[in-house]
Amino acid sequence: MDGYTYSELGSILAMQGFAGFSLFSVLLLMALGLAIIFGQMGVINMAHGEFMAVGAYTTYMLSTLTETYAPSLMPYYFFVAIVAAFLIAGLLGYIAEFVLIRHLYKRPLDTLLATWGLSLIMQQSFRSIFGAREVSPALPDWLLGSYQPTDTIDIPLNGMFVLGLTTVVTLGVYYLMFRSRWGLRVRATTQNRVMSGAVGINTTKVDRYTFALGCGIAGIAGAAFTTIASTGPTTGTLYIVDTFMVVVFGGAASLLGTILSAFTIAQAQSILEFFISGSMAKVYTLLALVLILMFKPEGLFASKIRR
Amino acid sequence: MIAAGNTDFTLAIEDLTVSFDGFKAVDGLNFYLEKNELHVVIGPNGAGKTTVLDLICGKTRSTSGSIRFLNQELTKMAEHEIVRAGVGRKFQTPSIYENLTVFENLEVSYPAGRGVFGSIMFKRSEEVKKKIEEVAQDINLGDALDTESGLLSHGQKQWLEIGMLLIQDPQLLMLDEPVAGMSVNERNQTAELLKRISKGRSVLVIEHDMPFVKQIAHKVTVLHQGKILAEGNMEKIQHDPKVIDVYLGH
Amino acid sequence: MTFVYERLMGGKSGLSGFLILALFILIVLPLSLDLFRLNLVGKYLTYAFAAISLVLLWGYGGILSLGQGIFFGLGGYGMAMFLKLEASSPENTAIQSTPGIPDFMDWNQLTELPWFWVPFNSFTLTIIAILILPAAFAYLIGAAMFKRRVGGVYFAIITQVIAVILTVLIVGQQGFTGGINGITDLRTLNGWDITSNSAKYIFYFINCALLLTVIMASRFILTSKFGSLLLAIRDKEDRVRFSGYDVSNFKIFVFCFAALISAIGGAMFTLQVGFMSPSFVGIVPSIEMVIFAAVGGRMSLVGVVYGTLLINFGKTAFSESFPELWLFLMGGLFIAVVMFFPNGLAGIWKDYGHHLTNRLSGLRNWVQNSPAGATNKKMVDNT
Repeated sequence: MDGYTYSELGSILAMQGFAGFSLFSVLLLMALGLAIIFGQMGVINMAHGEFMAVGAYTTYMLSTLTETYAPSLMPYYFFVAIVAAFLIAGLLGYIAEFVLIRHLYKRPLDTLLATWGLSLIMQQSFRSIFGAREVSPALPDWLLGSYQPTDTIDIPLNGMFVLGLTTVVTLGVYYLMFRSRWGLRVRATTQNRVMSGAVGINTTKVDRYTFALGCGIAGIAGAAFTTIASTGPTTGTLYIVDTFMVVVFGGAASLLGTILSAFTIAQAQSILEFFISGSMAKVYTLLALVLILMFKPEGLFASKIRR
Repeated sequence: MIAAGNTDFTLAIEDLTVSFDGFKAVDGLNFYLEKNELHVVIGPNGAGKTTVLDLICGKTRSTSGSIRFLNQELTKMAEHEIVRAGVGRKFQTPSIYENLTVFENLEVSYPAGRGVFGSIMFKRSEEVKKKIEEVAQDINLGDALDTESGLLSHGQKQWLEIGMLLIQDPQLLMLDEPVAGMSVNERNQTAELLKRISKGRSVLVIEHDMPFVKQIAHKVTVLHQGKILAEGNMEKIQHDPKVIDVYLGH
Repeated sequence: MTFVYERLMGGKSGLSGFLILALFILIVLPLSLDLFRLNLVGKYLTYAFAAISLVLLWGYGGILSLGQGIFFGLGGYGMAMFLKLEASSPENTAIQSTPGIPDFMDWNQLTELPWFWVPFNSFTLTIIAILILPAAFAYLIGAAMFKRRVGGVYFAIITQVIAVILTVLIVGQQGFTGGINGITDLRTLNGWDITSNSAKYIFYFINCALLLTVIMASRFILTSKFGSLLLAIRDKEDRVRFSGYDVSNFKIFVFCFAALISAIGGAMFTLQVGFMSPSFVGIVPSIEMVIFAAVGGRMSLVGVVYGTLLINFGKTAFSESFPELWLFLMGGLFIAVVMFFPNGLAGIWKDYGHHLTNRLSGLRNWVQNSPAGATNKKMVDNT
């Protein structure tokens, strides 16, 4: 760390920290979806990264369409894209649950393998439809540029937008899961499936919508992702391991735990990345997580329950 | 440690408490089990009956108190050590290995070859076979040794699990609702079985079925909200106003 | 004699399957394939070691490891390090700025052999390392996880993450590991040219012999009380624990044994293929090993060998002619096996075996002509 003055170091921390916020946003959105599915249904969705890619490709398609047919609407298309990404990824999730997942609820390890198969099929579909090359949508002008509070600090606007989006979605999930009637049904089903069925909750429906919701949020993560990096057929797989770690580390059923865990992992990786090579930053972050989980397998923020 | 001193009891539970996030499922319990005694614990749902068994066999760890089995403190021992010390426990729902035959179920439970390498080198000797056949006779499954145990009737599964414990010759046998889901005929057979196997060891049974309890119990304890409400023979329990109140009024 | 028959071959039912497999890989394949294809089969059979390890671990023990590539890789790298050092004698590397160290170290400005490479100068130490290090690493992971009762999907994910860490580490530290290209240009084993035709034949048969030995050893374990206990742990872990067993020790042992088997496969891979790289360590190869086991039949030691061969021939054939179809097929296979054929080929054989018996006579032609096409047809016939 020689050669940096304190103020330079401060600026680096602020900027890398902010870069960490972008990673945090994507990881959190991904993890929210995965945690809803895993925490509430005990199903590991290995294709979750591909549902994110669905969102990203949806955004790309909408941007291309807008650019070609209605260039004047370019400043606004991104909002439509977020909604579309949610709906399309959610719809695909709904179908996947109906065709595949619902037959495997009592076999978590098999679900893991089946969804891995699903992810392969989705990856190849992306490659066949959009080509192997990475694509990125044309972003509206207001997302470009940056905010400069001091001479040495430079904070990109897209990062701030994504952070805002993540906040809104997180609040939405919180409301849905913990304050709405529907969330009550989901949580009831998690706690006691048989009893919930007996008191008139349609558990099949709850499962299907929960899975679709999780996938839909992954779709939003994909839309957010396009502002930070370009999308390729294997983009999803790059994020899936990190997302798993966020969920496991956060203790699957806790929303606050997921947020804190996404924050810790994203910041650790992002700040480490500046000082050592990116790959070693990843090694250290993951290694630390594995070691922590070996000593606290239930995750850092899990609540104590009677088994 | 609590200076309980050595006793003649098979099991001596003193001041046992366990709390889950402040909720005391078992609250200052004192309980003694004599040698050769067949003791039944009854009580309404949520009284802490199963939790007591969990505590004895190490599935749940106590918050405070002591459990002494033949003057050996159990609360700090690992589950498998407790079993090896001589405590056998049958679970509420029949817990057998459905993909293995009756013979294999009993063989897996045979108390030799319990280490990794011991189990690889374990030999199916004549002695082992004889013991397995003997136990199978005891639990009315002498003719079903080669049957895949998943195909057994519910009652037979319950017996098989009891057999898996018997083959280990435990000094203390704990049975959680052994006749749940059994036909009247099977209940009577089970009662006979319990009377037979309680010779030479102590048996602790949790049961709801009152006629069955009457049939087998030497002594009955009523548990309510983690505490003992009444204790004595069946006659006395049935006329205890507190017990009647707990079961009928609320 | 009865010991060999009952415990190593698996009695009546196991013996015929074992002998047919031995016949198939030791006689039928060498007679019907050219050396290039035989070498390819040899490579595939090294993956079968990992698939067999998953029969023990996943099929019987119910422990899904998504990280068998870790151990396959450690075994493979161990052997590759030895061969690389032999190929990097001071005479061979005289043009380097530091002669006598592997070329990639020289490119990365290393001037001295790193300490952990030094033991790999000795063949004996290398073999010991291959047999011990992966199992020891598995012990560390297993003890940490199983003693704390981590299992199921958590275990699967953690092993996957460890595979990722190892891959990233190997790729990132190219000076020590050869980076993404791996360790290449391996030529001789104790002075013997490993790329020669005779060497390829010999390695093929050594590989087959080891594979059959591993099957026998695994069968020995599975037919013992340990095998019944593994099944019991898979189905009712608590019942086993409360029958007086320390369950974690059993899981740790089977995990270590699985690591050992996979490592042997990895070492044989390096010998037959002539290089080792991180692409045989990470997520994708690890999960492919699971699909080999799933397709072959997760409960069948012999079945998974066929599963491994089938998938790999399919992959080779498809990626030559229809690369885009392969991932679809592979994805569909994952789903189909899990949903419709949980016991894989071995299960199908059990249910429809008599249809296939007729086809065995035409096996020679089938292998020579178009393996993937014919096999594919065979699968369709039975569904």
